[in-house]
Amino acid sequence: MITSSRPSGPSVAWLFKMAWRDSRRNRSRLFLFISSIILGIAALVSVQSLSDSLRSEIERQAAELVGADLVISGNKALNEDLGKLADSLGDRRASQKSFPSMALFLKSGGARLVQVRALEGDYPFYGQLKTIPANAGRSFRDRQEILVDKGLLLQFNGEVGDTVQLGMTTFRIAGMLESAPGQTGLTSAVAPVIFMPMRYLPETGLEQFGSRINHARYIKFDRKTDVAGLVERIEDRIEGAGYELTTIERQQEQTSRSFRDVGRFLSLIGFVALLLGCIGVASAIHVYIREKIGTIAILRCLGATSQQAFLIYLFQILTFGGLGSMVGAMLGSALQFYLPVLLKDILPVSVEARISWQAIGSGLGLGLIISLLFALAPLLSIRRISPLNTLRMDFQSDKGDRLTSLFVYLLMLAFIWGFSFLQIRQALPSLYFTLAVVVSFLILAGFARLLMWTVKRFFPSGWPYVWRQGLANLYRPQNQTLVLLMSIGLGTALFCTVLFIQSILLDRVRLSTTGAQPNIVVFDIQESQRDSIVAISKRQGLNVSGTVPIVTMRLTSVNQIDIDSLRKDTSLPMRPWLFNREYRVTFRDTLLASERIKKGEWTGVWKDQTKAPLISLEEGLAKRNGIKLGDTLTFDVQGAPMATIVGSLRQVEWNRIQTNFLVLFPAGVLEKAPKFHVLVSRVESQEESARYQQAVVKAFPNVSIIDLGLVLDVVSTLLDKIGFVIRFMALYCMATGVVVLIASVLISKYQRMRESVLLRTIGASRRQILAITAIEYLMLGAMAALTGILLAMGGSWILAEQVFDTAFRPQWMPVISVFTGVCLLTVAIGMANSRQVVNRPPLEVLRDAS
Amino acid sequence: MDTILSVSHVSKSYGTADHRLKVLDDIHFDILAGDTVAIIGPSGSGKTTLLGLCAGLDRPTEGSIRLNGISLESLDEDQRARVRNQHIGFVFQNFQLLPTLTALENVMVPMELQGLKNIRSHAMDLLSKVGLANRQDHYPVQLSGGEQQRVSIARAFSNQPRILFADEPTGNLDAENSELIERLLFDLNREAGTTLVVVTHNPELAAKTGRIIALKGGKVISDLNTSSEKTSN
Ligand SMILES: Nc1ncnc2c1ncn2[C@@H]1O[C@H](COP(=O)(O)OP(=O)(O)OP(=O)(O)O)[C@@H](O)[C@H]1O
Ligand SMILES: [Mg+2]
Repeated sequence: MITSSRPSGPSVAWLFKMAWRDSRRNRSRLFLFISSIILGIAALVSVQSLSDSLRSEIERQAAELVGADLVISGNKALNEDLGKLADSLGDRRASQKSFPSMALFLKSGGARLVQVRALEGDYPFYGQLKTIPANAGRSFRDRQEILVDKGLLLQFNGEVGDTVQLGMTTFRIAGMLESAPGQTGLTSAVAPVIFMPMRYLPETGLEQFGSRINHARYIKFDRKTDVAGLVERIEDRIEGAGYELTTIERQQEQTSRSFRDVGRFLSLIGFVALLLGCIGVASAIHVYIREKIGTIAILRCLGATSQQAFLIYLFQILTFGGLGSMVGAMLGSALQFYLPVLLKDILPVSVEARISWQAIGSGLGLGLIISLLFALAPLLSIRRISPLNTLRMDFQSDKGDRLTSLFVYLLMLAFIWGFSFLQIRQALPSLYFTLAVVVSFLILAGFARLLMWTVKRFFPSGWPYVWRQGLANLYRPQNQTLVLLMSIGLGTALFCTVLFIQSILLDRVRLSTTGAQPNIVVFDIQESQRDSIVAISKRQGLNVSGTVPIVTMRLTSVNQIDIDSLRKDTSLPMRPWLFNREYRVTFRDTLLASERIKKGEWTGVWKDQTKAPLISLEEGLAKRNGIKLGDTLTFDVQGAPMATIVGSLRQVEWNRIQTNFLVLFPAGVLEKAPKFHVLVSRVESQEESARYQQAVVKAFPNVSIIDLGLVLDVVSTLLDKIGFVIRFMALYCMATGVVVLIASVLISKYQRMRESVLLRTIGASRRQILAITAIEYLMLGAMAALTGILLAMGGSWILAEQVFDTAFRPQWMPVISVFTGVCLLTVAIGMANSRQVVNRPPLEVLRDAS
Repeated sequence: MDTILSVSHVSKSYGTADHRLKVLDDIHFDILAGDTVAIIGPSGSGKTTLLGLCAGLDRPTEGSIRLNGISLESLDEDQRARVRNQHIGFVFQNFQLLPTLTALENVMVPMELQGLKNIRSHAMDLLSKVGLANRQDHYPVQLSGGEQQRVSIARAFSNQPRILFADEPTGNLDAENSELIERLLFDLNREAGTTLVVVTHNPELAAKTGRIIALKGGKVISDLNTSSEKTSN
């Protein structure tokens, strides 16, 4: 018999039960709706898991990043005081001098600028030089042998046993260097390394006037030592003298910080994928709830309160949102095992992917929040569904409550901003990110509206039936135009932006491949070598107009402020870098075409030797350090102090291969100072460049040569390695777009099914129905691709102008392929789906859809 | 006998202030507990609208409605839902079963909404009374229209309502099924002592009730008591 006489209303458990029962015939569909967020959650979980593993790996392998407990380094030899200090520290010590130099592979004749690291002692104390053969990492130290970076060796088809010329000496290749402390695939692409024993350095003659040598002293403590305490005592002394002090802890912090940034950046892209999925969820749930109006009205009629009806569907959405997030988190955890492979050239440490429960937890939480947030508007509308719908279907209850939808939108905005803030940790940039997302969405929505309006307004009523029906599908009630345009459009936009930025970056370097722009630079030419090198160059058929003299100097003070006072007074605008770096200065009596005076006046020749000369500074350098016209800058020119006054500020166009300078002296001041020269010229082909480099390096092994081809190579390798990751993420966003696309198409399938069947019943052929679908989706795909590409162009144009300071010239080939690809994909998915409808007997479909 | 439903001077208009359509105009009647009443009238005369108002699905523009002594105007939407749940049963022209629930679950829902426990056997009783005990696990799509309407009658009685509203309960059925439904409706009604208000076009169905209220153009044009004939049935 029935118990409980006092009606208490249904329990929460019953509401859950009802939610579960109600989902019976819709489970696969509900899961499909929610599936749009799976990829987004997966991306975030995998990135966060990887970041977690990376953080702990960096912590674990920090010592191997440095190779020692302490490193004192600087771009000049340790002074006597520091030398003594360094010798008194630790139990084992090693030193290194590293500098750029040409390496000439004698067998193939190939020459390339490399980073030479001359070693003395047992560096590294942590980790090892991993070589093939394995013992080469030890054995080369005792002989006239070198270790050559793997990529470099492969580039010149070299092998162990070959001879390489460095400076004036030749070395036998002892082994191929696979990895060394702190080296990544990136550093080896930019500056491939050659290790050599330091004791052969004098014979190379590379340690000479003007060489840019970095000196490092590595210190290892075998006994337990309070390194932090020691650092505190000595750091002022070391940094005050212009040297850098590196410890394992500092290195660890710095590395973690930069990779945290990478992780956050990747998270943001994953987040965009997630947002794309959210559009899918929002629209799918909207359709779903609309279909549930009848059921909800019945429940209301039978006495369910609006609250209870709301809760039943809330539970349903949360359950399936949770399920989707769970699948996403699982997928993400699996995916992260693949990410280290993807990132191996960038990661400084080897990473073992591990399941991160924290990442999974936050993925689940995020999934729940998102499915709730983006289903909230349709869910809230449940409360306004009147029981009158049982008596009169399509009864229009009072119009959607604007205040509630405004509230929901604000919540979404707050959520997007909050999440991006968690990634970026800066209020303003995360606001920009939110704005960019919102503006993109608004533009896409605007285009969707425009499309619908245009098709409706200028409807081609004279066209064949199939066309009219296909076009009408774009704006008829319950169309998918808005959501498809948003999801496909945004995916396309992201993908294209990545493409464009890559080409902007390459463009900046490629500028001078045509025309008569110089494309090769020879530097480190000694005074005595100048005439011979000019002669060799001319003999090789190069057009040489002359050489540029270079004097190296350091800045000791700006208006009496020196490094010590800067250290004490942190409110000063100058950066320590200003005093620590070495300035490579030239002098001439005229300005180049690439220079423009922005402030003050340029003095070409300095006549009055009793007064301090007026020099010209690069505008940005002055601005960043708060230096103004009339300030006194005192330089140390190889031991001799020289006071100068800032006479003008120059704007310099940097994006050209030529010698540009931060500091420019007038003629008549530095002529007598020790100097070396740079020669700028143009080679017409790669062969000519190789031949020329070989000839110059053979005659003068100390000079360094960079040609534009090399720079382009390096930049494109860099972009390849970093861009690969970004392209992967962009593709990922596209994939999410496709999932949303499939989900939306399937939703519309349910709506269009009856209609197609009806059309078939009254005699439309399968071919006609497919044609209608093809036209509809072609329009959608084309419009979405177009909008996405336009968005990407707008964004890239802003980036080019504002960030990269260059003109934006889109490449049309990739754009056309992306456009075609997106259109085809959209049509294919649309067609694949309606094929199902078309191939089934009408009766079966009708019963199924009821 | 006491009054179960009291409709006093009810009017209902749709539309905006300057463009109003008066669907019901000053409707006034009382219905006693246990009565069977038919509301008839031509299409568009406002029968469904009136039924909706009596059941608290909508609010009148003017006038007031008391159901079982409760003034519906003073209640908000959720309180009216509670009243429907405890005192009212519904039968619709198009059955309105919940498509994702089985026949048995559909019958149980009103009781579950009351928070009652151990209701399964009661629901099964009702299903066997309408002759569908063996179809308890079938979903609405697996049932014919007549069968669906029988389930919906079982559901309407499941919460032991004081008053039952039926809008064209046989409108979608053939003569044979209509007959069956009518019999079930009246038998169950008598057995449970429920008040029955049925909207219909069907004169035979109307003739079975004790009172016939005729509407036209939103007004009551006749209110006939036929109870003497009915009791002899
Ligand atoms: N929401 C509404 N807005 C405007 N007019 C409405 C609305 N609901 C009903 N009406 C109008 O009210 C009038 C009465 O409708 P109602 O459904 O009550 O008639 P009925 O007597 O039940 O007709 P039938 O026998 O055809 O079911 C009709 O003219 C209808 O068009
Ligand atoms: Mg009606």
